[in-house]
Amino acid sequence: MDLLRNAPFVCVLLPLIAGIFCAVLPRRGAKLLCFLTVLVLTAANAFSFLRFFSGAGPFTYPMGHFPGPWGNELRSGLLESAMAMCLCVTAFLSLWAGSSKAGVHIPRGKQGLYYSVVCLAAASVNALIYTNDLFTGYVFIEISTIAAGALILSRQDGLCLSGCARYLVMNLVGSGLCLMGIAMLYGQTGHLNIDSLRLSLAPLAESSPLPVSVRTVIVLLTVGLGIKSGLFPFHSWIPDAYSYSTPASGALLSSFISKGYIFLLIKVVVRVFGLDMIRASGVCPVIFAFGAAGIIMGSVSATRQTDIRRMVAFSSVAQIGYIYMGIGMCTRESLIAALFHMAVHSFAKSMLFSSAASLIASSGDRAQMESLAGSGRRNAPAGVAFTAGAMSLTGVPLLGGFLSKIYLSQAAIAVDTFHAVAVLLTLALSTFLQTVYFLHTVVNIYRPADKNVHAEKQSVLSGAALCVMTLLNILLGTASVPLYRALASGFMQF
Amino acid sequence: MASIFRGHLYEAAAMILFAVGLTTLLLHRNMIKKIIGMNIMDTSVYLFLASMGYIRGRSAPILEDGAISAENYVNPIPAGLVLTGIVVSVSVTALLLALTVRLYKRYHTLDIDQIVLLARKGDG
Repeated sequence: MDLLRNAPFVCVLLPLIAGIFCAVLPRRGAKLLCFLTVLVLTAANAFSFLRFFSGAGPFTYPMGHFPGPWGNELRSGLLESAMAMCLCVTAFLSLWAGSSKAGVHIPRGKQGLYYSVVCLAAASVNALIYTNDLFTGYVFIEISTIAAGALILSRQDGLCLSGCARYLVMNLVGSGLCLMGIAMLYGQTGHLNIDSLRLSLAPLAESSPLPVSVRTVIVLLTVGLGIKSGLFPFHSWIPDAYSYSTPASGALLSSFISKGYIFLLIKVVVRVFGLDMIRASGVCPVIFAFGAAGIIMGSVSATRQTDIRRMVAFSSVAQIGYIYMGIGMCTRESLIAALFHMAVHSFAKSMLFSSAASLIASSGDRAQMESLAGSGRRNAPAGVAFTAGAMSLTGVPLLGGFLSKIYLSQAAIAVDTFHAVAVLLTLALSTFLQTVYFLHTVVNIYRPADKNVHAEKQSVLSGAALCVMTLLNILLGTASVPLYRALASGFMQF
Repeated sequence: MASIFRGHLYEAAAMILFAVGLTTLLLHRNMIKKIIGMNIMDTSVYLFLASMGYIRGRSAPILEDGAISAENYVNPIPAGLVLTGIVVSVSVTALLLALTVRLYKRYHTLDIDQIVLLARKGDG
């Protein structure tokens, strides 16, 4: 038997086991084990990606002795492994870049627990990507909510406490809606396994209009997962939750955990209902409009922030908007563009959060824009990384963000004139707004420095991590055609 | 209107409870009441699931008297889902309660709006 077939199972089980050990190991041991686990996950996902890339077909993996509708299953294919690989790489780099700060922000005795929670988050995101069962999906949604809550709470700070409370409340609303949607779907079909769900929903695809019960389920699942990933009108928890915790947590939340929810949503859209049924249900224009509104409103809010971390967090709202705009167009090309943008955003945003944290550290721990003046000169790797991330998300050529904007526009032009005009206008306006706030910040961090600032000694480790992140982002912009092709052909087999 | 409820009493009750729970969780300012709301919401889903699994006149799916035919038993899967769901909601409740204790120790209030205001004022 091919050993690599076990990769998805290992990706879910290994971090769960490692998490238990992290909780009891001493501080350094826990850190080492957690890093090693995430590295092994990255390697396992990369190997299974290569296996699919060289032509192996997707398969389902029974989680026990019972196949199909009775037993629990995982499904692995080119798309799943590509996405899991990208997300694991960003998770590893975020942890690496944030590890020195995490050592300061988290009380010494609690650091083992922190790394245990990171393992939990890694397990749940991998499970969300690989699961072939909706109820397993729900359970891991909740596990990642708990893990995310603990990640925010890791810093003993009033802002983190209140941010975590708001995060948990909104996220529990989202997971409640998901649970209700899944329960209703089970009531209608008698299945939770995604392949069986698809088979039993298939006869409904011809019925027009779509039954209200199915529409309700689609709305519940979309809104639930939309709330959890921070879609525009439900984004109010994002800035507080992402900004104030230790930088590794902020980077993990925005680039790792929230992507798991979006991937599950895409899985529900594509594999459970199918694009035709989603189009017939009438949710697409709503998702599209919310996505577009999120891009504009997130960017407008970001221009008004004086705290660099909040600015980066609001830019997340805008970037999530791009992904949802792609989902809202509901064609193959637009969903592939959305998936590609997920990868781009998670690489760029983890870098932005980490480099912003380093810039803050080299400005006497003050996050306000005016106190950051000259920090890019004091901390060169962080300055370069921040500039690269900002340029990528603004859409400067040779960086990932440019490509995903191109793919998104191409997908929109292929849909119809209305979508093309709407997407191009939104892209133009948001690019303008992003240029305003990112250019403002980048100019600011390279202003002549105030000599009297107490700059923290730069950690070599996080500097190295930021360099690797910058390289990967440039690679994503210049040599990502194979990745895009892999996502596209993985999507066709999805 | 009444015809919707006839024969679907449990489902209708579950939906009403779900709405009550969701509204409480979303709109109430008191953290404890939010937690209660979340539990009502989750429990309503369990009622919904359990009512789907129950088939009138059949017994619990425990092998008795050699009756192997599935015709004798209710559907056990929703019960399994409910059990899993209970575990999940217990752990989330524990996390939220722990958070509430911490918030109360720091701010001496359970009102989330006030807590957010106090945190912003920068006593962090």
